[in-house]
Amino acid sequence: MTRLPRWADIVLTPLLSLVLAFAISALVILAIGENPWTALTTMVTGALGSSYGWGFTLYYATNFIFTALAVAVASHAGLFNIGAEGQATLGGLGVALVALALPWPHWGLALPAAMIGAALFGAAWAFVPAILQARRGSHIVITTIMFNFIAAALLNYVLVNLMRPVGSMDPASARFPDGTHLPKLTDLAASAGIEWGKNTPANITFLIAVAACALVWLLIWRTRLGYEIRSFGRSERAARYAGISPVRITVVAMLISGALAGLMAVNNVMGEAERLLLNSVEGAGFIGIAVALMGRNHPFGILLAAILFGFLYQGGAELALWTSIPRELITVIQALVILFTGALDNMVRMPLERLWGRR
Amino acid sequence: MIPSGEHEPGPAQGPGFGAAAAPAGAWAGAPAGASAGGAPAAIELRGISKSFGPVQANKDIDLTVARGSIHGIVGENGAGKSTLMSILYGFYRPDAGTIRIGGREIAITDSQTAIRAGIGMVFQHFKLVPNFTVLENVILGAEDGPWLRGSLARARGELQRLAADYDLQVDPDRTVETLSVGHQQRVEILKALYRRAEILILDEPTGVLTPAEADHLFRILGGLRDQGKTIVLITHKLREIMDITDTVSVMRRGEIVTTMPTRDTSPERLAEAMVGRKVLLDSGRTPAVPGPAVLDLKGLRMVDKDGVERLRGIDLSLRAGEILGLAGVSGNGQSALMEILGGYPEPGAKVEGRLTLNGRPLPLTRTDAGARRDAGIGHIPEDRQAEGLIMDFAAWENTAFGYHDRARYGRGWLMDTAAMRAEAAAWMDQFDVRPRDPDLASRNFSGGNQQKLVVAREIENDPTVLLIGQPTRGVDIGAIEFIHRRIIGLRDAGRAILLVSVELDEIMQLSDRIAVMFDGRIMGERLPGQTDAGELGLLMAGLDPATTAPEDGIPPEVGGPAPPFDPGRDRPSDAGPASPSPSKGII
Repeated sequence: MTRLPRWADIVLTPLLSLVLAFAISALVILAIGENPWTALTTMVTGALGSSYGWGFTLYYATNFIFTALAVAVASHAGLFNIGAEGQATLGGLGVALVALALPWPHWGLALPAAMIGAALFGAAWAFVPAILQARRGSHIVITTIMFNFIAAALLNYVLVNLMRPVGSMDPASARFPDGTHLPKLTDLAASAGIEWGKNTPANITFLIAVAACALVWLLIWRTRLGYEIRSFGRSERAARYAGISPVRITVVAMLISGALAGLMAVNNVMGEAERLLLNSVEGAGFIGIAVALMGRNHPFGILLAAILFGFLYQGGAELALWTSIPRELITVIQALVILFTGALDNMVRMPLERLWGRR
Repeated sequence: MIPSGEHEPGPAQGPGFGAAAAPAGAWAGAPAGASAGGAPAAIELRGISKSFGPVQANKDIDLTVARGSIHGIVGENGAGKSTLMSILYGFYRPDAGTIRIGGREIAITDSQTAIRAGIGMVFQHFKLVPNFTVLENVILGAEDGPWLRGSLARARGELQRLAADYDLQVDPDRTVETLSVGHQQRVEILKALYRRAEILILDEPTGVLTPAEADHLFRILGGLRDQGKTIVLITHKLREIMDITDTVSVMRRGEIVTTMPTRDTSPERLAEAMVGRKVLLDSGRTPAVPGPAVLDLKGLRMVDKDGVERLRGIDLSLRAGEILGLAGVSGNGQSALMEILGGYPEPGAKVEGRLTLNGRPLPLTRTDAGARRDAGIGHIPEDRQAEGLIMDFAAWENTAFGYHDRARYGRGWLMDTAAMRAEAAAWMDQFDVRPRDPDLASRNFSGGNQQKLVVAREIENDPTVLLIGQPTRGVDIGAIEFIHRRIIGLRDAGRAILLVSVELDEIMQLSDRIAVMFDGRIMGERLPGQTDAGELGLLMAGLDPATTAPEDGIPPEVGGPAPPFDPGRDRPSDAGPASPSPSKGII
């Protein structure tokens, strides 16, 4: 078949998929007797129309960037890491343990320590499936899914039995000390004299996420390790021929992947909740799969796709707030976007290729 | 012995390698112009064009194939042969032009139409269900109704008739995966005949056959032709064209450059027409000046993870400045041997034996191809698409593949991409890789140029010992000439070379010594000047040349040495086993 030019493949296909997804969503909204145009404007103004909306959009996007990068790194090694959810859960535990361990004097010290904790716990949670895959051939899709459940159960146990403050009825850890309070983007803007995004959870972790995108790009396309990861991901036979150890690459790629997923906890646990809650990941690990898919496993694409999904999350919340469209429908819209941009990618690409071939 | 049909050429010995000296063998002089008497041609193509985006795969093709003849189509890789045949079989629709089958103009929209028009195709990669019986494979897609009983009974009778008519014996109740490769091919032919094919297209049919099996196939094709069937043979082996076809067409860059009766041409002229310039079919080899033994292998045995013994005690000694050719039908352990020498025995395999390089022992069991390269053993793998290259990588990434930890690509974590690009550009220059674009993804190069990338990388890293697997499989003639000269150049520089090839011609042409492998063993060693294809063919079939006549060298129907359905390994695969497209891609 004719190949599409690069720009069409990267820009046109996802855009068309998106339009299709929105079109069908509009039909669904029409079917339940609401006005799709009102719905769209509510979403756009709610999520992107004000710095307040943007604050939430970017906060969600930060979560998705980390989990999507995690999925992408594994995916370059030909591994499908469905366990970002569990790895982020464990990352939260790492953050909480670090934050509560010391009376941190300043966030500048607490942040790097918390990042290390988050990354270590996330990586450790990815290590077991990785080594099982590399040495025993246990399929990583199955094991990472199972590890999501184990992570949820483990966190449940730890919060209820170990970390819950005495006397509290809430399955959550104690509040983190004030010294771990991360600056919000609002604070950063204010120090530059701009009033932006008051009362939003977007915090400095967003900048770390953007830096992580750059670092992952460097890792994948500029380092020896990235070269070996990509080689292994494309062809295990070729990798073996080239002297690249499948065991080593499987484990290393999954460690990096798990660490990235774990880092998400810096945003939601340390930056927002400031204590460890049950189910704080809220499905971001799975959204990350869709984001990575849509962003074509490229950090820059992931950045854009994450912002789109942040918009969907925030816009969806606005929709539930201001219209009588039920909350469940927002999930339907998100599902349609995932379906079209991810699973049904070829439905758009193939006619497009045919169109191209005919010119 | 094969029961002879009426077409049996008798004492003329058939058009085998033994008879290679007599071009236009026993049949070629026969009914070349059978249709001259006014009967419509079997196939008549007029002005067929097909382009894929900017690539013109077929340009204004006119082709007439007479009924009851064998018509050969030769051309380099990417000349458009496969596209043309795919058009004929309904996989592609032409942009322009008309197709007449038996004088009637038809539009072939899909393979069903093609089959109804009496066209049958035997693909290079068989389209058989391995765990079905022969009978079930034959009726697959041509069942009479929802109940198989009737179809199977009918097919059984039909198969008996075909077997008697065309010398196509296969046990109908055997599962296909237990058959030898040659017999699997017969099943493919039977499938086409069962669908009442009058025109049979065969794409590179002899790639997986021993010389004797190929001879037998040609006898079958000759018989079919004599019964009035029309055969189109796509091949890159000029000798097959000379031996068996009545007329031959040469394709170059999407066009048919010439069509002529086979008896009026010669291999040299065909090669020249294919490439568009004079080609030296002889590699210009001077006798070797072998030095001391460099690589020494003793008692190599390998049992794969399923417990099958694939290598049964192999001793080899390789001297500096010589090429040791390892002949054999694919699937007799050559791949396993090369992988083990290259430092990556297949996972789960048990390996024993002793390997030394310049007297220093090398580990046989551990998987570390990188250490092999450090020790000075380079490797051009038999399957460049699955092993030698990462197809999605740019050329400059692939020219470092396997050597990517060398300091010249940068110290520390980061790779010096500028140095990699510069080196790739220089090597592409020296090895005439076209297009000369280091940033182009490897899959967008033609097979010959892909292979040049691999050859450039392995030769330029200057190995002490170079392992070469199928250096010219799916490579066009111009590139073959070039690659052969480079290999000989490396030998003359005093390097030791182990060459594995299923192309007996290539082995005979390049080797200073020839060892023949069969069923995980070395059957014997010969000097190229003191042997011939017949003798080597017997060794390749696992027979003793001292007691067997050459034409009996056909492996038994069952239990050939190769696990026949192991795609991607030990099989020619220039399309790659996972290729979804029926043709070999566009260019």
